[in-house]
Amino acid sequence: MKKLCFYFQVHQPFRLKEYGFFNIGKDDSYFDEKLNREIMRKVADKCYLPMNQLLLEQIEAHNGNFKVSFSISGVCIEQFELYAQDVLDSFKRLAATGCVEFIAETYGHSLSALVSPEEFKAQVAKQTAKVKEHFGQTPTTFRNTELIYNNQIGSLVHEMGYRTMITEGADHVMDWRSPNFMYAHCQHPDMNLLLKNYKLSDDIAFRFSERSWESWPLHAETFGKWVNDTAWNQEIINLFMDYETFGEHQWEESGIFEFMRELPNQIINHSQFEFVTPSEASKQLSPVSGIDIHNTISWADAERDLTAWLGNPIQDDAFESLYKLEELVKKVTDPKIKDDWIKLQTSDHFYYMCTKFWSDGDVHKYFSHYESPYDGFLNYMNVLVDFEERVRQNLGIKNADNDVHPGIIENFKRYLPEGVEI
Amino acid sequence: MASKQLKVLMFGWEFPPEISGGLGTACYGLTSGLIENNVDVLFVVPKLFGKEDTEKFKLIDAGTVEVNFQNDTFTENLKKVSYLQIHSHIVPYVSPEEFMQRQEFDVETLKVDSTFSTAKFSFDGKYGKNLITEVSKYAAVAMQVAKDNEIDIIHAHDWLTFPAAIMAKEVSGKPLVVHIHATEFDRSGDNVNQEVYDMEKRGCEVADKVICVSRLTRRILINRYGIDPSKVVVVHNAVVPKPVQYYPKENLIDKKIVTFLGRVTFQKGPDYFVEAARKVLDVLPDTHFVMAGNGDMFIKLVERAAELKISNRFHFTGFLKFEETNNLFGMTDVYVMPSVSEPFGITPLEAMRTGVPVIISKQSGVAEILNNAIKVDFWDVNSVADTIIGLLKHEELSKQLAADGTDEVHEMKWEYAALKVKEVYEDTI
Repeated sequence: MKKLCFYFQVHQPFRLKEYGFFNIGKDDSYFDEKLNREIMRKVADKCYLPMNQLLLEQIEAHNGNFKVSFSISGVCIEQFELYAQDVLDSFKRLAATGCVEFIAETYGHSLSALVSPEEFKAQVAKQTAKVKEHFGQTPTTFRNTELIYNNQIGSLVHEMGYRTMITEGADHVMDWRSPNFMYAHCQHPDMNLLLKNYKLSDDIAFRFSERSWESWPLHAETFGKWVNDTAWNQEIINLFMDYETFGEHQWEESGIFEFMRELPNQIINHSQFEFVTPSEASKQLSPVSGIDIHNTISWADAERDLTAWLGNPIQDDAFESLYKLEELVKKVTDPKIKDDWIKLQTSDHFYYMCTKFWSDGDVHKYFSHYESPYDGFLNYMNVLVDFEERVRQNLGIKNADNDVHPGIIENFKRYLPEGVEI
Repeated sequence: MASKQLKVLMFGWEFPPEISGGLGTACYGLTSGLIENNVDVLFVVPKLFGKEDTEKFKLIDAGTVEVNFQNDTFTENLKKVSYLQIHSHIVPYVSPEEFMQRQEFDVETLKVDSTFSTAKFSFDGKYGKNLITEVSKYAAVAMQVAKDNEIDIIHAHDWLTFPAAIMAKEVSGKPLVVHIHATEFDRSGDNVNQEVYDMEKRGCEVADKVICVSRLTRRILINRYGIDPSKVVVVHNAVVPKPVQYYPKENLIDKKIVTFLGRVTFQKGPDYFVEAARKVLDVLPDTHFVMAGNGDMFIKLVERAAELKISNRFHFTGFLKFEETNNLFGMTDVYVMPSVSEPFGITPLEAMRTGVPVIISKQSGVAEILNNAIKVDFWDVNSVADTIIGLLKHEELSKQLAADGTDEVHEMKWEYAALKVKEVYEDTI
């Protein structure tokens, strides 16, 4: 049978509080506890709790034939622990069904894969330990932040022992190929890649409640037909999306929950497809070919590249300023500094600094609590300067007192007021 | 001294603590100085915000004045101001809250409903999109105030108040002194707004005397506005010798701090400060820079600092409140004012008052009178950087310069500046 694979990204960043210039040096609590709690509670009530319940009921109703997978960032699990124990419990109930796979990622939902293999590995180890602690599984499938992928990242993940990874089936890397097969890393044939079918995924994640869409309102039966109509030789459809799609991005009133309540029945009883988790797909299918992804891809924006997080001057300077501190932070043992270090790496901070207003700005604005990308940037930099100072103080690093070229002092003297001499 | 107390009707667009720049500070200082010189000042602002010192000063909130327009001369005069329309995307003074959202001015004329005989006008007292309407309303109020009060002379600060002052002169027949704190050329470079220019020129022409804040400004008025040199006098600004509470620096990071404070606009040369910061950081990488203020170049400079990879050493605070400004001066090691064009420039004096050594642009009015300051060409980024480095590296010299500077500034009292203004009044009457 053909495979249908659901994967949901579950993530909430620790958002920064308003942190002004005068906070620097005096205030080492960076995060907006009130806002983070509020958002967590809101999303818990609208999405996590009702959707977990729905999935649990469907898994039970279909005797284990309905399966899904999640990657939950470490910083999100931490916020469950702080603000939403009920959500954590409901994920544990899902884990206990045996029909839910939990996927590895970086603890901080960070972009560390792009710059620091060492930091990247440490964060993955931390996240998988957290998953094991709560859900009793050691992840065997890997998903990098926002499906960010290139050959190098694939190799790194392979080196860490993973043999299944999921990423985006972006048009510009797929070319004529279909995402509805399993592929492999171009240099590591034993590294399986599951690629998102963005067309069908986005029908649910983005277009579902769009009234101007020709297929609105979308019913599970129709969607089941679309899935079933996949060309005879194709093997797997990967539906990857934000978990917040259900009840948060697509409101309850849109009928998204009814849709998901009916979809398992349509697939299981009325199609040639069966549900699988990513690691099952990886075991049951063979890769059709290697795929060479030289330029970095992601699932974000129309560009499906890194420009949601990096590329404009403020994003780049913030990102470089952050990772310039890595060598120093490694020497620090203070747990709060270590903790802040991870939370400051969360990709969302850079997403808020995106200035691509002309195409995808609306989406960025929807997800940002700042007035403008520049506000987000300046706030982040104030925090980062304070953080740098704490690290330096912790390590006893003194201010640089470099020698100055004599020519500079000669020029300086020319401008001194009369009677003043060095 | 003459026994009779001079009565001045003064028009200014802002009065501390609710101010957006040096104009309000100067109005405060001058009024205080005039009071010390036994001059009676009645000061009209568009709006009082509630924190003004109404014990010491006689302030009139234009929005509370009942204007009676049931007589012919009044309506005649009103017509003269109601056609005042300025189409502009260049705002003369930009309120920090509004610069981001600001649209073009509403081009709206003042309409008076003739079925009522009296009315009050409402003002927001900022520099927002209703500015020009408010300038007209303010002029209507000015006529009423001039009629209701016994005065000897009228004194108006900068072009926003000129229509009001001209009306007041018309109604009362008293002499007019206009005070130029900045011209349209300072604010906008060579892209002057013609209507603003015309208003400035007309104000100076109608006035019996013109006071300007520097010789630099006097030259502009004579050369570019064609004002009769014999009636243009220079009175440099001073500084209020107020004790300033220092912010305890040890609470903040132990770093050298170099500060720019002012509107982030072309006139103030903030871009030269950013470029100089990069050069200083090449030599002294742990120096921190602060740009305090807001303006239309803000975003561009945030991006520029990022391009130069100095965002982790360069802080944009946005507009600071009064106490925050003092806190910042308390932390500052070097103050830089790289203005492209600065009729006077009061902030270096405030920095010096709190014991901060200053680097100022040669193209500023304040450079004409200061001795204990380093004066550079604003465009000479290398020298701006070199002098910052020099001051940071030579602490003793820096302290000496700052101490001498503090003494110098304490001698620049508003009492003396006001005395000169009073002499101008006496010449005029």
